[in-house]
Amino acid sequence: MTLQLAPPRQGPPSQAPPPGRWGRFDLKGVPYLLVSPYYVLFAIFGVFPLAYTLWLSLHDWELAGDKTFTGLDNYVKLVTDASFWNAVINTLGMFALATVPQLVLALMLANALNKRLKGRLLLRLGVLLPLVTSVVAVAVIFSQLYSRDYGLFNWILSWFGVEPIVWQNEKWSSWLAISTMVDWRWTGYNAIILLAAMQTIPRDLYEAAALDGASARRQFWQITVPMLRPTLVFVVFISTIGGMTLFAEPVMFEGNPMMTGGTTGQYQTVAMFIVKEAFRDFDMGYAAAAAWLLFVLILVGTMINYGFTRRIRGAR
Amino acid sequence: MTNHKRFVVTGVALTALAAVAACSGGGGDTKTATQSGSAAEPVTINVHTFGGGENFGYDEAVKKWNAEHPNIQIKYQNLTDRFEDVYLPQLLQRLQAGAGAGDVVGIDEGAMGLMAARPQFFADLSQYGLDSRKADFPASKWEAGLNTDGKLFALGTDMGGMTMCYRKDLFEKAGLPTDREEVGKLWPDWNAFFETGKKFEAAKTGAKFMDGPNTIYNVILFQEAPKNGNLAYFDKSNQLIVEKNPAVKTSFDWVQKFSQAGLTAKLQAWSPAWDKAIKGGGFATMGCPSWMLGVIEGKAGESNKGNWDVAAVPGGSGNWGGSWLAVPKQSKHPKEAAEVLNYLTGKDGHVAAFKEAGAFPSSIPAQQDPEVSGLKNAYFNDAPTGQIFAASVANLQPVFFGEKHAQVKTAVEKVLEGMDQGAVKYDEAWTKFVEAGVKAAG
Repeated sequence: MTLQLAPPRQGPPSQAPPPGRWGRFDLKGVPYLLVSPYYVLFAIFGVFPLAYTLWLSLHDWELAGDKTFTGLDNYVKLVTDASFWNAVINTLGMFALATVPQLVLALMLANALNKRLKGRLLLRLGVLLPLVTSVVAVAVIFSQLYSRDYGLFNWILSWFGVEPIVWQNEKWSSWLAISTMVDWRWTGYNAIILLAAMQTIPRDLYEAAALDGASARRQFWQITVPMLRPTLVFVVFISTIGGMTLFAEPVMFEGNPMMTGGTTGQYQTVAMFIVKEAFRDFDMGYAAAAAWLLFVLILVGTMINYGFTRRIRGAR
Repeated sequence: MTNHKRFVVTGVALTALAAVAACSGGGGDTKTATQSGSAAEPVTINVHTFGGGENFGYDEAVKKWNAEHPNIQIKYQNLTDRFEDVYLPQLLQRLQAGAGAGDVVGIDEGAMGLMAARPQFFADLSQYGLDSRKADFPASKWEAGLNTDGKLFALGTDMGGMTMCYRKDLFEKAGLPTDREEVGKLWPDWNAFFETGKKFEAAKTGAKFMDGPNTIYNVILFQEAPKNGNLAYFDKSNQLIVEKNPAVKTSFDWVQKFSQAGLTAKLQAWSPAWDKAIKGGGFATMGCPSWMLGVIEGKAGESNKGNWDVAAVPGGSGNWGGSWLAVPKQSKHPKEAAEVLNYLTGKDGHVAAFKEAGAFPSSIPAQQDPEVSGLKNAYFNDAPTGQIFAASVANLQPVFFGEKHAQVKTAVEKVLEGMDQGAVKYDEAWTKFVEAGVKAAG
């Protein structure tokens, strides 16, 4: 192969690249220019805040006040701060409570929608509908449903002689309420992604399995689930990141958004903790440190979940 | 603001470039050719305030000024009805950023300690001759406007003379007197108020006697603080005294007593449920500093006109709330801003705000103005609010606010709400209350 593709550097100008400075720029510069918007935006809105937060987390800085370098002090304070760990536990608890049923439900929903149903398109669009509604609207409606005095859920419970529950007051009840908001919004989204993946699974696999006498249930566990693995990994990743940064639902559920997550922090998430430290107590350095710990937490959480989903095989 | 517009109109790639260009312009400063600020050109003074309902009540005052001063036009914006969690952090960010704050900004009393500790951000008003206004204000109001450098940075707007607002229709239903004189006589002190509450509950009107823990808590706290060295959560050297100050404990105990007796509707002040109950008659009484009248009128709406009324508060006078106006150093027109500030905190501004929002003037000439002392509030059954509030501020004492007053206030009030709603047990509430205060101050 001695075919010379690029024109000689020092040779007379050939016809392909136009002569002069523009020519060189056109060839070498333009591609970079064309891909630059993303990287410029990412640098401004991604890398810079990340680095700045890290730098900030090493300072004791009250908003619009004095800034002093304190090294790792904020981190040391944070890992011994009971309310930070309370927020971590709340976040993990609501994540587990919301995500596990959500993914199981999404999988079942996707499987159902993958069958030959009448009005399939309408049904498929239907599951996506909750996603289109604004998260604030969802939270407002659910907060009404869960309200103490005129809420639907307490009304239904009253049929069975149950005293009205103040849903915000206890960990279990507030977690449950918030988890239902998350599930209502995201189950359909995950179902659609899983459905799309299901449709790429070759039909003849199922036909062959059916000929061998495999039941629908067995086909699902031994063909569908293993073939979905890459998609499941993606869905779990997205849910993990979403769950760890849970914010809007609990804030709206609180009603009076002081970021305390209930009167004693029953449902304060890490994201709320960060905002509270930064914008209620004006302790920016401390909030920045918490933000970095959240980042680490998400990394660890995603890794663990990746480990889980990697194990999915046709082993049942 | 100009940068922001550019963001919207240009495409994605240009947006990035514009952002870079904006950032390189020296810390996001928004100097443009149109804002050179020479005296001959008309200048616009942005006045930023906060507050629910009728808020600061400057609509009429601003209209009047703008008509008379073509060269200094006020642009008045009430940014939000929430001070602590929306307005204050936003103001601090804008002060820090060096741009975006108004030329004249409103500050609630809870944050005055915080702002006084940040003298680098505010213009010295004595530079513009406003130190001549000293005789217009009670000493406490004036002194709170001095920052830690000893400079005058803010002048007072309203102050919170205290009353008790009540629902006339619900009192009638419960077989209680409805006339405001007689209602006031029902409760010379808090014990009598408690007994009235029990009577009201016994009548089973379907409504609760009080809204929730926090409005009453604050009313009592600001009655008790003057009896205990004029202190609330901090002493004058900024040390936390939540546990030591008898004023705090007394107020806490009263709230606990009301809550345990089931007199409260268990509502969080400033929550949507509270708004709904103000409008729908979910409770019958509420501690009412003067500015709360504007809040009630705004939240209860036209349909409730005449349902709400104002009576004397148990336990005598007290001051909850009140605000100040200041000029941030970043203002391009500090001289004109100071003029506007002088007008709004002057007699005319105070009187106009009282008429519009029920915000009782802190300036003495305004308090003595017949328009104030003789004013009746049409929304509250023509209650002689001028007279009621003048009486309630007659012997008013200043209360000192520490730098972290707002944070501590929020934290301890959360515990009160938790106790009232059942999340915090009654016998553990005081410990939790103190703990929350210590944490927020730390």
